[in-house]
Amino acid sequence: MDPKTIICRCSDITLEEVRQAISDGYTTFDEIKRVLRTGMGSCQGRTCMPLILREISVMTGIPQEDLNPGRKRPPVNAVSLGAIAEGEDHDYES
Amino acid sequence: MTMKADIVIIGGGISGAAIAYNLAKKGMKNIVVVEKRFIASGATGACGAGIRQQWGTEMNCKIAKMSCEFFENANEILGYEGDIEFKQGGYLLLASNEKEEEQFKRNIALQNRLGIASKALSLEEAKEIVPMLNTEGFVSAAYHHKDGHLNPFHTTLAFVKAAEKLGVTFMKYTEVTGIDVNGDEIIGVQTTKGYIETSRVVNAAGGQSQDIARMVGLELPIYSERHQILVTEPVDPILSTMVMSFTGNFYCQQVPHGGIVMGRGDAGEPRDGNINSGWHFLEEMARTITKLLPPLKKAMVIRQWAGLYNITPDRQPILGPVKEIKGFYLAVGFSGHGFMFGPATGILMSEIIMGEPTSIDISSLNLYRFDRGEMVFEPSVV
Ligand SMILES: Cc1cc2nc3c(=O)[nH]c(=O)nc-3n(C[C@H](O)[C@H](O)[C@H](O)COP(=O)(O)OP(=O)(O)OC[C@H]3O[C@@H](n4cnc5c(N)ncnc54)[C@H](O)[C@@H]3O)c2cc1C
Repeated sequence: MDPKTIICRCSDITLEEVRQAISDGYTTFDEIKRVLRTGMGSCQGRTCMPLILREISVMTGIPQEDLNPGRKRPPVNAVSLGAIAEGEDHDYES
Repeated sequence: MTMKADIVIIGGGISGAAIAYNLAKKGMKNIVVVEKRFIASGATGACGAGIRQQWGTEMNCKIAKMSCEFFENANEILGYEGDIEFKQGGYLLLASNEKEEEQFKRNIALQNRLGIASKALSLEEAKEIVPMLNTEGFVSAAYHHKDGHLNPFHTTLAFVKAAEKLGVTFMKYTEVTGIDVNGDEIIGVQTTKGYIETSRVVNAAGGQSQDIARMVGLELPIYSERHQILVTEPVDPILSTMVMSFTGNFYCQQVPHGGIVMGRGDAGEPRDGNINSGWHFLEEMARTITKLLPPLKKAMVIRQWAGLYNITPDRQPILGPVKEIKGFYLAVGFSGHGFMFGPATGILMSEIIMGEPTSIDISSLNLYRFDRGEMVFEPSVV
């Protein structure tokens, strides 16, 4: 893959930047998220997570199934503050 | 595996990182920081990362001012390649009643005397700074333009990178499981990655500080309480300043990438270490903020999370040594404002540990003040 390939479309992060973060010692999805904002955008990591986990696995030698996919944070789909304030139906359990 | 260290710092949040950096800068060698997950994985990474100098006691004003002045130059001082993203958009504190307004006036007089250029604002003046503000239910405001916000991960990483350059070792994904004591002296620290021989330990374990203290037989007068926070999708700049109310127990600000971050305290929050997010918070927060800043009705909530406030009886930290165990130091109980105190925590704790006089008198923050009934009275806490 081209190093300039965009891995995270929400935050505009390239493969090159992800590789740099991993070689800087940020070897978990949660750490990379905090350094590069990958997974913090509206897709909540649905696109970038598998790609980033694969890069971590390649660079650290840890099998992908042993890597922690990171902590999921609600809500799964964005909701407006107005809708929440008016107490609209929600499918979210605390 | 057995290691040797001159000091072991437990906790890789802003406090542990800043203490490690300052000790190394003062020439201490063999400093090891032990962090059970990753850097800033505790309260530091969960926090609102707002910083203000508008405090109500002389000591806190001085601590906050020292920290703010450090933040202003931190990228350079720490030689950080990234950016700690310090934005000084000011803090607008809203007074809900005459009593709070009087308190703000007293605070402002104190702050001005200490070189902090805060000022009292009428509600009309407040609206000039935040045009969308609905002033209903408020009587006036206080404002300081140098208060602001940072990126908590990058700020902590900046301390970590600078400390590493000075030789500090950070052990990530390593949990402290016990501290061995002989009489009143520390002999070593047990971790999931081996034993560390040491005679000194700093407890900077945030929401788990009570557990660490128990490892040397100390009961701290502290509880950890969940505090929740959320962020919206990025929007164009519409809020230049932090808006906050002590009485309403909330804060709200827009961060540089465009997201609007807001949090709110609630008396019903669990104190059992639970940091899962709840729907109740989302609803209360949405109601509070859409009343206060109505255009935010359209903002889309993208993520919510929570962290622990490590709370003492007077909501002020405990900083310093303990009588019972030689070489055991506390930097705990920050009660929801430990991020903004971080740089000063690092400087002051390193002075205490090195046996130097402290740049600011913080002797009143000792552990024994609660038994003696010498609590610190700080009116301005959320
Ligand atoms: C929602 C929220 C909003 C906040 N907003 C603000 C704000 O706007 N401004 C502000 O100044 N403050 C704010 N705070 C408070 C601030 O986050 C904390 O006071 C500060 O981050 C404390 O830093 P610390 O380094 O002392 O603790 P932490 O960041 O909690 O670090 C302690 C570390 O110790 C580690 N640890 C614990 N036990 C062990 C063990 N046994 N072995 C190894 N490691 C261990 C943890 O993993 C953790 O990383 C907020 C807090 C929350 C929860």
